Amino acid sequence: MYGVIEMSGKKSDVQLIKDGVRFDGRRFDELREIQMKVGVLKNANGSSYVEWGKNKVLAGVYGPREMHPKRLQNSTEATVRLTYNMAPFSVDDRKRPGPDRRSVEISKISSEALTNVVQVHQYPSAAIDVFVEVLQADAGTRCVGLTAASLALADAGIPMRDLVVACAAGKVEGEIVLDLQKEEDNFGECDLPIAIVPRTGEVVLLQQDGKLTQEEFNRAFDLAFQGCMRVYEIQKHALLAKEVPQ
Amino acid sequence: MNIEGYLKRDYITNMVQEGKRLDGRGFDDLRPITVTKGYVEDKACGSAYVKLGDTEVLSGISMTIGTPYPDAPQSGIMATSTEFRPIASPYFEAGPPREDSIELARVVDRGIRESGCIDFDNLFIEEEKVWAVFIDIHLLNHDGNLFDAAGIAAIAALVDAKKPKQENGQPIRGEWDGKLPITCIPIPFTFGKIGNKIVMDTQIDEEYAMDARLTVTTTSTLNAMQKGGMGSFTVDEVKGCVDKAFKRAPEIRRLVEE
Repeated sequence: MYGVIEMSGKKSDVQLIKDGVRFDGRRFDELREIQMKVGVLKNANGSSYVEWGKNKVLAGVYGPREMHPKRLQNSTEATVRLTYNMAPFSVDDRKRPGPDRRSVEISKISSEALTNVVQVHQYPSAAIDVFVEVLQADAGTRCVGLTAASLALADAGIPMRDLVVACAAGKVEGEIVLDLQKEEDNFGECDLPIAIVPRTGEVVLLQQDGKLTQEEFNRAFDLAFQGCMRVYEIQKHALLAKEVPQ
Repeated sequence: MNIEGYLKRDYITNMVQEGKRLDGRGFDDLRPITVTKGYVEDKACGSAYVKLGDTEVLSGISMTIGTPYPDAPQSGIMATSTEFRPIASPYFEAGPPREDSIELARVVDRGIRESGCIDFDNLFIEEEKVWAVFIDIHLLNHDGNLFDAAGIAAIAALVDAKKPKQENGQPIRGEWDGKLPITCIPIPFTFGKIGNKIVMDTQIDEEYAMDARLTVTTTSTLNAMQKGGMGSFTVDEVKGCVDKAFKRAPEIRRLVEE
């Protein structure tokens, strides 16, 4: 660590990369430490808890169950609804409770990404509700949330054609790096979160903001993709490690 | 459920798989586009009307004096909102913004903000006082591809915008302090995926059959991207869309600058 950064600090006060090593000591293509566990909540039909660097995220699944309000029922398939929520105490400055524009957008695109893998035709008119609670946030929470959400769906026994796994890459002080943490996200030049279906390599979520040349984008995109494949292995381990009652 | 969309979906999907589009366009052809700057010239700081096929969008810029964010006390601020007015489509209802309009506003906002086209340091007035730039996008007629129409209308209105005069931290209405300085022109392109084909500038009927979309906003660099919809893109498709967005941007940028 190179010392504490004041959040009001200007970009120029901060050195995020020194001698090819990042702010938290990682290499450019290194993920943060990740731990996953499934079956952590009693009431939910499926659940998971993911610690990813300093992020702590809980996901719970309820459903398939009756869709309310009824007018939103889709008579040919189930509706997968992900609700992303940040705890007020999960960030430095208290986040006002309740949905804001950012979380509405994240919920929307994450729901779409999950719908892609769930066998929705098996449950016409039903709702499959996934709740993602960010308990502690340190950049990359939409990726952690989506990764946790697909684990929780698998834990709930919802039929899916694969897991969804998400990971971000970005640009920090001119270097393309994997899995940005808070300071890198705040003061870096670009963030590129993606989510994929690992068995087929399809991209089901993609966002980008900040400046990247076309060549840098191709590199960052490939790096994020590789990151996803590594996180996928951790997801599979977490599912296999679940204790099944005899 | 939207019955019209449900009924048209298979027909349009099959047509696109055969290499054809409803209105006879090629996959990469855009509909005729007109950009009219200064459409409401009297009150708004800047405005632009964009007609993309039959999609009509009006964007206006308002500037007020606001307080800066604590982490950037010397910089101006901006906010983007879109209104899906019920006049624009039988499927739009009055009421607070829904997730579709929030997503649209945020994608347009990121394209503008991340390009750095507004010089925010230039919008500082005095301690605790900066200019706030509001981009408001009104949808007048929805015939598909709102992302591109709204994004183009937003940047065209900014290019058109004048900066109000101010005195002692109060704006003087009706008097101007030159143009709002705009340093580059971010241009969005949205690619629709129908079956396993990718088409540009989808009209509304095609959007009923669209599985996923990818919006790519560029200047000399990428500025913002957003994938939406329940379908997916392959890695090569994404890279191809980015390449096309860079190549095609100059033809729209010319219209915005004119």
